[in-house]
Amino acid sequence: MKFFKPAILLTLLLLFAMGGVAYAFVDETRETTSPFLYLFIVIGVVVAYICTQMFFGKKLSNQVRVVTSYTLLVLLVIISVYPILFIIMTSLKVENALFSPTFLPVDEFGNWNATFDHYKNLFSGYNEQFVGWFWNTLKISTLSMIFGTILTVLASYALSRFKFRGRQSSLTLLLILGMFPGFMAMIAIYIFLQELQLHDTHLALILVYSLGAPLGGVFVAKGFYDTIPKSLEEAARIDGASQLGIFIRIVLPLSKPMLTFIALTIFTGTWVDFIFAKIIIFSDEKMTLAVGLLTFVRDMNASDYNAFAAGSVLAAIPITLLFIFLQRFLVEGLTAGASKG
Amino acid sequence: MNRHSVKVSLFSAIIMGLGQIINKQYIKAILFFLIQITGIIYFVTIFPKHFMGLVTLGDVAQTVVNGEIIFIDNSIYLMVYGLVALIIAGIIISLYIFNIRDAFNNGKLIERGFETLDFWKELKLASSRQFPIFLLILPALGILFFTIFPLIFGILFAFTNYDFDHLPPGHLIDWTGFASFKELILLDDYSYTFYNVSLWTVIWAIVATITTYFGGMLVAILIQQRGIKFKKFWRTIYVLPYAIPQFISLLVWKNLMNEDFGPINEYLMTLGLNTVPWFNDPTWAKFSIILVNMWIGIPVSMILITGILTTIPKDLYEAADVDGANDYQKFRLITLPMILFSTAPILIMQFAGNINNFNVIYLLTDGGPIGEGYHPTAGSTDLLVTWLFKLSGLGNSGMPPQYNLASAIGIIIFVVIATISIISFRRTKSFKESDMIQ
Repeated sequence: MKFFKPAILLTLLLLFAMGGVAYAFVDETRETTSPFLYLFIVIGVVVAYICTQMFFGKKLSNQVRVVTSYTLLVLLVIISVYPILFIIMTSLKVENALFSPTFLPVDEFGNWNATFDHYKNLFSGYNEQFVGWFWNTLKISTLSMIFGTILTVLASYALSRFKFRGRQSSLTLLLILGMFPGFMAMIAIYIFLQELQLHDTHLALILVYSLGAPLGGVFVAKGFYDTIPKSLEEAARIDGASQLGIFIRIVLPLSKPMLTFIALTIFTGTWVDFIFAKIIIFSDEKMTLAVGLLTFVRDMNASDYNAFAAGSVLAAIPITLLFIFLQRFLVEGLTAGASKG
Repeated sequence: MNRHSVKVSLFSAIIMGLGQIINKQYIKAILFFLIQITGIIYFVTIFPKHFMGLVTLGDVAQTVVNGEIIFIDNSIYLMVYGLVALIIAGIIISLYIFNIRDAFNNGKLIERGFETLDFWKELKLASSRQFPIFLLILPALGILFFTIFPLIFGILFAFTNYDFDHLPPGHLIDWTGFASFKELILLDDYSYTFYNVSLWTVIWAIVATITTYFGGMLVAILIQQRGIKFKKFWRTIYVLPYAIPQFISLLVWKNLMNEDFGPINEYLMTLGLNTVPWFNDPTWAKFSIILVNMWIGIPVSMILITGILTTIPKDLYEAADVDGANDYQKFRLITLPMILFSTAPILIMQFAGNINNFNVIYLLTDGGPIGEGYHPTAGSTDLLVTWLFKLSGLGNSGMPPQYNLASAIGIIIFVVIATISIISFRRTKSFKESDMIQ
């Protein structure tokens, strides 16, 4: 029974770990230990045993395996979704919800008591600068996406298709540049922008985002172009098409999935960036969503947790939907980047 | 040695454009000659001043005239001018070399009995040949001004004393060689903090990478099992944590795990258990960060590994069934090697990415809680990169800027990541050459 050895070992290990966790959780100040603790331990041991059996033995019946798997899947769903539901519920609660004893928006008698006031305030109440932030972010993200995608595609197509002097060294240079922590460049960029009187402007953000985009996307895009057969372009060239014509009429339409991936990455990247935008922008009305939302909770004096929750839900919706609808491109992009090393 | 090509290149080497005149390319000759004149004027007049500025970084920062402060030398400007001067010098020198090569090449053409092309034809030919340059010029300029220059300055800062005591225009900056590195690595003020932060950075990167990777693998396999229905539904739900912007989900977690008011501790109390100082105890904080990071990172690995699981040929498993292998053996001998082989580069990229994982630390703990014996600029969960950020004094971090130390840390991070990348690149290359799979 060779395969039982790791099973037993792992079960013991799990038991040991659970014991440690249990010990850490037991309240020494309390007189009696909670019965939940024992329940917790018993359930844990059973699950651990079934899991190890499932993994290492084949004796287990199919039903037990499937039932355990579904239990785990449901558990994972709860863990995945709980924080998301928490923030949605918070945005609907009447009182400052971080300190609220209930998960659902209910009053002290347990009656449903949800409010949309926090959302209303974002549009026409004391938090209405939110609308301005939203448009700022939309503008900055869209423009950065357009310019960034164009620059990335130009660079990656040139680097993939043409053998010119300095090609290999520019690829190496790009790799090396990517290894520096971004903050190192940020120090000098900040000083320069200050000297150019560009700090606290949207132009500065758009410049930095779109000009920095090729650094992140060029290898994925180049990997994609490497896989497009050259024969198509050669055929067009024989037909007398110019280099530019080939690029616009043949290569660009073919790169739609890759373009989507690059554009999506840049758009979401700029939409959620809170750190560079925070360094560059300091006027309240010029802030982006991420920076503005952070001011709701980062200020210790004026913590408006509900406003943050409502704003976060609104800010997250477009990004989350984009991600879910464009999952396919995401997977393709990730794997394309992977094969490059 | 009496060949025409050698002769004209010698002429061009003495006076730019002279060789071109002999080659009967007059417009080009005039252009080259003008370049030479401007070059000489530049090297005599402007270049020495700016170059010396880069070397000395200024002599006098400010003087007082009639009770008014007048700024004289600004070390940062001098650095910029000096660097630009070096670049212009480089361009002039490369044009000079190009001029010699051009004379040589056209001389060769004449030796073989051809006519040299006239200027406009040559320009047209060059522009059609240089289509990639035309494509590259915009992205290249962008990277030059917004990545390369800033990084060069960042690197230069590490070798100066540029900190809150030496801020232009009121003060001068000086070159200090390796003093910043010495301060970090050897001197008492920072070295203890530096070693501990580095150690935690390495531990964090290893543990964060492994937990999310194998966690993602387990989830992917769990969904992919026989008999599990609604595979797509499960996957869509599990991708949600990845789709939510990190600045939101991380702040939510920070509040969920608040020691005094957070819901998780409330639940623990209702169950009669002890509350946990999630982010308030140095050891627990590290543990909690890794837990939250799993929530964020597992979805990506899951997506990736699911993609690979579907590409593993089914007949491998059928063959294993025939041989009487159990599930564990099938996993260890087929699934695991296939996944590891296809994702090894990603694993290494994730490791390097985790070394620079700024968001998780910054939003969850901002480096805290205070580490015992640490320099006040760093906390017990600070990574090198978040420490760098704090030392840079950017973004109202509340620290006086110490650009030199921040840049030195940046260089150290670079060296580490570059080493990892080179080693992994070699390994994957040998992997591919060994032809293990496909």
